[in-house]
Amino acid sequence: MIQFEKFTLKNKLTLIIHTDKSTPMACVNILYNVGARDEDESKTGFAHLFEHLMFGGSINIPNYDEPLQLVGGENNAFTTNDITNYYCTVPAANLETAFWLESDRMLSLAFTDKSLEVQRSVVIEEFKQRYLNQPYGDVWLLLRPLAYKVHPYKWSTIGKEISHIENAVMGDVKAFFKKHYCPANAILVVAGNVDRENVIKLTEKWFEPIPAGEATIHNLPEEPIQTEERKHTVHRDVPQDAIYKAYHMCARVDKEYHTIDIMSDILSRGNSSRLYKTLIKDKKLFSEINAYVMGDFDKGLFVISGKLSDGVSTEQAEQGIEAELQKLKIELVAADELQKCKNKTESTIIFSEADVLNKATNLAISELLGDANLINEETEKYQQVTAEGIKDIANKILKKENCSTLYYLKK
Amino acid sequence: MLNRTQAPEFKTIDSIAIQQAQSFTLDNGIHVHTIDAGSQELTRIEFVFKAGMYYQDTPLVASAACALIENGTKKYSANQLSDSIDFYGSFFETSVSQDFSSLALFSLNKHLESTLVFIEELIKNAIYPQEEINTYLTNKKQKFLVGSQKVDVLARRKYSELIFGSTHPYGIEVKAEDHDATKRDSIVNFFKKYYTHSNCIIIVAGKLPANLHQVLNNHFGKDKWGTATNINKAYIPAQTTTQNIHYIEKPDAVQSAIRMGRRLFNKTHPDYFAFQVLNTIFGGYFGSRLMANIREDKGYTYGIGSGLASLVHDGYFFISTEVGADVTKNALEEIYKEIEIMQNDLVSDDELETVKNYILGQFLRTVEGPFALADKFKGIWEFGLNYSYYGNYFNAVKSVTSQQIRDLSGKYLQKKDLIELVVGKK
Repeated sequence: MIQFEKFTLKNKLTLIIHTDKSTPMACVNILYNVGARDEDESKTGFAHLFEHLMFGGSINIPNYDEPLQLVGGENNAFTTNDITNYYCTVPAANLETAFWLESDRMLSLAFTDKSLEVQRSVVIEEFKQRYLNQPYGDVWLLLRPLAYKVHPYKWSTIGKEISHIENAVMGDVKAFFKKHYCPANAILVVAGNVDRENVIKLTEKWFEPIPAGEATIHNLPEEPIQTEERKHTVHRDVPQDAIYKAYHMCARVDKEYHTIDIMSDILSRGNSSRLYKTLIKDKKLFSEINAYVMGDFDKGLFVISGKLSDGVSTEQAEQGIEAELQKLKIELVAADELQKCKNKTESTIIFSEADVLNKATNLAISELLGDANLINEETEKYQQVTAEGIKDIANKILKKENCSTLYYLKK
Repeated sequence: MLNRTQAPEFKTIDSIAIQQAQSFTLDNGIHVHTIDAGSQELTRIEFVFKAGMYYQDTPLVASAACALIENGTKKYSANQLSDSIDFYGSFFETSVSQDFSSLALFSLNKHLESTLVFIEELIKNAIYPQEEINTYLTNKKQKFLVGSQKVDVLARRKYSELIFGSTHPYGIEVKAEDHDATKRDSIVNFFKKYYTHSNCIIIVAGKLPANLHQVLNNHFGKDKWGTATNINKAYIPAQTTTQNIHYIEKPDAVQSAIRMGRRLFNKTHPDYFAFQVLNTIFGGYFGSRLMANIREDKGYTYGIGSGLASLVHDGYFFISTEVGADVTKNALEEIYKEIEIMQNDLVSDDELETVKNYILGQFLRTVEGPFALADKFKGIWEFGLNYSYYGNYFNAVKSVTSQQIRDLSGKYLQKKDLIELVVGKK
């Protein structure tokens, strides 16, 4: 159980405070309600590029990192298809430095040409390092547009192509900031060894003077229901053939989400899971295989991905997967197998609560999903998953016409 | 009116209190070190053996002995073991470093005793079925081949060989064909020799159950499991390459991996603390010289860093990055330029202060929570040090001068001693 308090400031900024006196640190997590899904299709990769620019100096403070490091702080950020999240930790006594830095870059960036020019290059190198110069690195650049035809999840956070990043200009940067980086579109979580009165005082001092702005209205096109099986094959310079199968599923806050997540655990979590035992160890069709949910806010994907053992054909491999999915559709999962997955989930949640920063980020995400307290309801939702529920959902989503398959084959 | 150009006042860290491990001994002599901390009802029990790659005679044996320990005993099959451990929601993680192997159980306290039964069984009675070994090696080889497509992986594998020599225990580079040549006998023999009560310590962290001593004694302390043998192995001096420049071409690479560095020392050396400060300034944090120049000014890379690898018998310093293939030469020039600046110019007071505060902040971050505190203990135990090491570290960081940094750069970063490796395109 994570205790917290929630406030809304005059300028519509949401503030959540979570006190944990067991740590000497304080952390400040700011989530902006903007991700790659909010991008224009001709200017993709922008939310992520923008995340880089947030470190290029703000209106009153020329450098973000230096003053933070001077007080013993550390920071980072990440961008997903749904959100952009910034966090820093400081020795608790130096909490105000984090407020000073974070509020100034919410107020306004410095918008220097040098920063834009350099971060464009850095992000292009990131694109190369993580997506192009890696075996299987471009899988998601291929699989997303296969699975999504309309919804902006069809592109990755890094962007569709390098040229979109190359073409980013200062006008775009300023417009993006104005539209999305404002108190009404942000959730501030302050956690760790902090005093609540002091946090409220500091928030009013540093954040409340910033003009509210407006919350992003996402207004995204809904992905039409897939009615036909989709397949795509590529040949690349890789040592092993691989298969990726993506099935459409519900959104993060929908009722079925926890059932599908447990179903993925039954298939591939740990050495006692079905795909590991059957397809890797017994039938030796795969050298590695995983099943997982993407966890997207909007309607998402349930994915099975595996690398084939030498000499195994894609037909054999797919039949192996299909047989396991068939089992889920016709047989009820045994009670102890289901209990195992629930126990595993329970301990994962408890272990994750041992980390303050993790708690802060999850509180912010839960709040954006509707209510910070969702974080405390997760365990119970997993406990309520039933064998019948798994069988039903398997029949509902694990269908050929709901699946996009990418065959990623060696040359 | 709020003055946003004025930084708030801040405090420097004047002292750091580290919760020290408490120790007790099981009936058979195994030392147990415990950190009782945290608010969640969970515990991590880590079994540490001097059974790292340093001790193996052929490649892959140490990692196979460790990774496959949960793959069957006389009493239970691999599936039965994983079913049981997973059923209780516990996690069992194995890892091998150059010097040590580690078997870690993460469990909720309410399931700890039920799970430990199986951990006891596999630690004492692993049988390494041939079938399991075959699957493991086949799949490991596949992963190895995937790694061989990555410039950074190729550079990392090659680099230890350059620093220590191709036949040195720290320098042997695994080859694809080693996966086919590894024999069950060597794995079993390695297990029998190194996974014994006399070569084991146990580190426990979490909100500890009151009966921990008794529980551990019941499972691991009653009998002298495993045959104790002398595992000491005399250290052979490193045979560092005498050639400074190395290049592995990968014609279709869009980025090159660069590694540069030299054999140096480990954390028991008197210059270690000051060198850590030097390293942080140079390439050890986001605001470092290398990052500021090669990423934030030139945009050649997504990231660049440097570090000091501390092994029980040795150590080495290295810089590592991946840069656009077309700017490989420029990046190399800039790295050498930054080294010269370290050797010629004094670090400014502001930069030195920032780095000192940053290091102490990081230090504070690593004494937070039971697992981090347990790792702090392990970090000194592995090198035969005691807790005064951390006090000395703290004081050394506080007192190091820019003069010392320049002197150490002159002493340890001579171009003639640096080994440069590029994998990709120049």
